[in-house]
Amino acid sequence: MSGDKFFELWVYLAATPLAGLTITLVAYTVGFAIYMHAKLHPLANPVLIAVIAIVISLRVGDVAYGTYFAGAQFVHFLLGPAVVGLAVPLARAWPTVSRLSVPVAGALAAGSAVALGLAVGIAWALGASPGTLASLAPKSVTAPIAMGIAERIGGVAALAAVFTVATGIIGAGLGKLVFDKVGVRDMRARGFALGLAAHGIGTARAFQVSAEAGTYAGLAFGLHGVLAAVLLPYIWRLTQLLAGKF
Amino acid sequence: MSPFLAGVTWLLLFQCAGEVVSRVLGLPVPGPVVGMLLLFIALRVRDRVPDSIGAAADALARHMSLLFVPAGVGVMMYFGRLAGEWLPIAVALVVSTVVALAVAAITFAALARRAERAEVVAPETEQ
Repeated sequence: MSGDKFFELWVYLAATPLAGLTITLVAYTVGFAIYMHAKLHPLANPVLIAVIAIVISLRVGDVAYGTYFAGAQFVHFLLGPAVVGLAVPLARAWPTVSRLSVPVAGALAAGSAVALGLAVGIAWALGASPGTLASLAPKSVTAPIAMGIAERIGGVAALAAVFTVATGIIGAGLGKLVFDKVGVRDMRARGFALGLAAHGIGTARAFQVSAEAGTYAGLAFGLHGVLAAVLLPYIWRLTQLLAGKF
Repeated sequence: MSPFLAGVTWLLLFQCAGEVVSRVLGLPVPGPVVGMLLLFIALRVRDRVPDSIGAAADALARHMSLLFVPAGVGVMMYFGRLAGEWLPIAVALVVSTVVALAVAAITFAALARRAERAEVVAPETEQ
């Protein structure tokens, strides 16, 4: 094949949805194989590996994100049914979960307040711009919810999605270390914290470690998503009013 | 029809229902989350999870991390902005996530221990 013909074929393939979809699945499959090979080591996170590999490939091939997303959107779309499906582990575990309403409510309130307050507070103290702050605020809830919240409070939806995924990778990566350090061995508590602080990526990690941890992660993930979607826009307006007073 | 296909169809139907409820009532909660709540109620009312919905939901949950890859690749559009603000963003993300993990885990474990001790001491009050 001559150079020109090869270039034409490349231009054609890179512009079809097939390329974006295929590279997403190939990169994730490779990332997951490395994760398995590393015996589920939390730092060998398959999402992190896949994102790095795809960004490098797109840069090298000079492909725009929009072109890539035209194919990758089919994967992205499945987040919707996956969130709906979280009702299943929750319904299965309900008889035990319902007896733990106090720990669930307490951990949800304390954890979500810390995640939101510290993220925005630290970034503000270190001089981040208002648009970045508003995009950071919902970073602990899952990408589709975080994008909606960020837009409502004056952030950038796509940037919020990036912060969300980064948070998920950080949480899934450091969770085991943190829980061992603070001496929490209860699998329910570890799972709940992962789902709360690191949404779907933390939940996926919890399911890979134990079904019990995964169930509590899914519970925290769902509850935190609902809580943030309902309350965060009002909390944000309140802090803006208070900030205006001083 | 294969159980998996039937299960995916149910999940999409509940997502559609959630989307409709969210739009019509003007809720701040996104459609899929409302769909999750509706499906949860339906499963509790029936008191069992049909194999089809279980198979589809389990398959999606096992590979949920794959579904975040396209959004994560979006980082490439913001290299400029991130280069200028990388320090506050990185410190904020890491510190807030680590502390939230610790606080949530410690709170849950402590409150669960207390709740379970109360049950052992006075099981009859549970009834």
